[in-house]
Amino acid sequence: MKKTREGFGRALVDLGEQDPRIVVMVGDLSESTMVHFFAERFPERFIQVGIAEQNMMCVAAGLAAVGKIPFLATYGAFASCRSADQMRVSVAYTNLPVKIAGAHGGISVGPDGATHQAMEEISIVRSIPHMSIVVPCDFWETYKATMAIAHTPGPVYLRFGREDVPVVTEKDTPFTFGKGEVFAPGSDLTIVACGVMVYEALRAHEQLAGRGISARVVDLHTPKPLDRELLIRCARETGAIVTAEEHQVNGGLGGAVAETIVQNHPVPMEFVAVHDRFGQSGKPAELMDAFGLRAKDIVEAAERVLTRKRGR
Amino acid sequence: MRSAPLPRPVGHCRFPRLQSTASARGGFVSPITLSSAELEAAHRAGRLEWPADRLAAKALEIRRDIITLLAKSQTGHTGGPLSCTDFATALFFNELNIDPKNPKWADRDFWHFSIGHVTPVIYSQMAERGYFPLRDLMKFRAFDGHCQGHPSAHDTPGIEVSAGSLGQGLSICCGVAKGAKMDGHPRRVYCVMGDGEQQEGQIWESAMFAAHYKLDNLCGIIDYNRKQIDGDVQDIMGIAPLDEKWRSFGWNVIPCKGHDMADVLAAFAKARAHRGSPSLVLAHTVMGEGVSFMADDYKWHGKPPKMDQAELALKELGTSYAEWSERLLAH
Repeated sequence: MKKTREGFGRALVDLGEQDPRIVVMVGDLSESTMVHFFAERFPERFIQVGIAEQNMMCVAAGLAAVGKIPFLATYGAFASCRSADQMRVSVAYTNLPVKIAGAHGGISVGPDGATHQAMEEISIVRSIPHMSIVVPCDFWETYKATMAIAHTPGPVYLRFGREDVPVVTEKDTPFTFGKGEVFAPGSDLTIVACGVMVYEALRAHEQLAGRGISARVVDLHTPKPLDRELLIRCARETGAIVTAEEHQVNGGLGGAVAETIVQNHPVPMEFVAVHDRFGQSGKPAELMDAFGLRAKDIVEAAERVLTRKRGR
Repeated sequence: MRSAPLPRPVGHCRFPRLQSTASARGGFVSPITLSSAELEAAHRAGRLEWPADRLAAKALEIRRDIITLLAKSQTGHTGGPLSCTDFATALFFNELNIDPKNPKWADRDFWHFSIGHVTPVIYSQMAERGYFPLRDLMKFRAFDGHCQGHPSAHDTPGIEVSAGSLGQGLSICCGVAKGAKMDGHPRRVYCVMGDGEQQEGQIWESAMFAAHYKLDNLCGIIDYNRKQIDGDVQDIMGIAPLDEKWRSFGWNVIPCKGHDMADVLAAFAKARAHRGSPSLVLAHTVMGEGVSFMADDYKWHGKPPKMDQAELALKELGTSYAEWSERLLAH
């Protein structure tokens, strides 16, 4: 178990060593977002902005306009919803290489309740031209994603959570921006997941195997740009898809996958996600259970989708 | 197979025609006022440093451009561009260290209009200064031109960051100024804001930021014309006392008569000389300045003149639509 956000914080330090253009900004959340590692190592390249996310987004645009590679960090709810206009006009329309880190994504933030449980970022950010989105699944993937996006052209939104989550990848697991990875083989259906739901998908894979169902698990860490080629291949080869994300069902990963699948190789789909409701206070584990974001929910979705697949 | 489809690179131009112009326009000279020798000198020195009387003459031409391009497009904002004209001319023809032939010149000063809707004055300054041909002004807001209704870095070389949603520009300029400080770069940063725009909360976030980081390489300019689209600023949402507000936020406030070129130049010189905090030039202006029937009338904020109104305006400005549009199209 390890925090995804620590992968982000550690990667920033390594990036700072490699490239003097890397600048890190934060809105009064240094330790929560773990940019304090960078602040300690490179104080001259660290900018505390205070509680002013809209300003931070545009200051980042200004820094990028004159050659810096700014990473800005705050909670996902503020990085996406609160400064969406700034992201859209100053950053994305201009196509500046601003890297936006939305920490504390998803309902697993826990006791703070609905205001701090960001579950809309994928749909908001995905609808803005030029923006890319990466939702890594664990410590190592967050580390690699952070390293990878630093030198991709254009703006990127990186989403990660608060809690310790199981480490399902290793230092050497391949990570390519914009490409999904098959984490478990399978032929009856494909489970496409991002973020912490990759772990739940792997557990679902085991449970389904116990029932004689062969489920392929795809870690689709980059909801945009979408790995269409891999998704279409999975639809062809397995004939059914379940998506799993710690996010609103509206316009999220599932929606992105569905858009590609219906246009290219329609197959039955099911969506494990938060179904159009706000979160609430509670322990992270309680909330994941209550909002239907567990392996058992993926298993149930898999059985539903397989019934429809067989009925065709 | 592993190569991801990436977003367009920064600076990509939607129109191939313009891209080729950008590289080929090295020899472009505005025959109205800039000689090639002057352009060459400016290219070497960065700044043109025109005196007040010559700037005033140029400002008159800018006003002619604004009315002409608006008459042609029949869409766009009139009042704000005319109130900005004088200090904007001082910026582009005296104050800014820029190389229009090389918009991304590493040593350039940075200019940004947070009030993106004043594109008629922005594009006119850019064209007159040599960023692109004057004839492009006649395709303002047109589908086959690059002069978008609001500034687009995506379409127009020289526009560094897109604008059009009010309140964001000063934050962008804070980022540029902070970056320059971090690098020990001598670049100066100029941000033009509106007075109505002061109602946006983000303005004050960025005002705090600039003072906190002592960004004395940053100069804000407020086009204080007291009008916004729905009426008088004081009636819509009062912002007074603006000078005290900015002073209390830690800025060096420099009031100036925004249509008095000598006063504008003096204000910029004071801002340039000031150390330890950001400067704000509070330019007292008149919306629609230069055209009698537009002056001080908020109804000219967001509409273009009809052709007969444009003719009246251009007559006051000493030309006619036929004469001035011909001059623009010829270059």
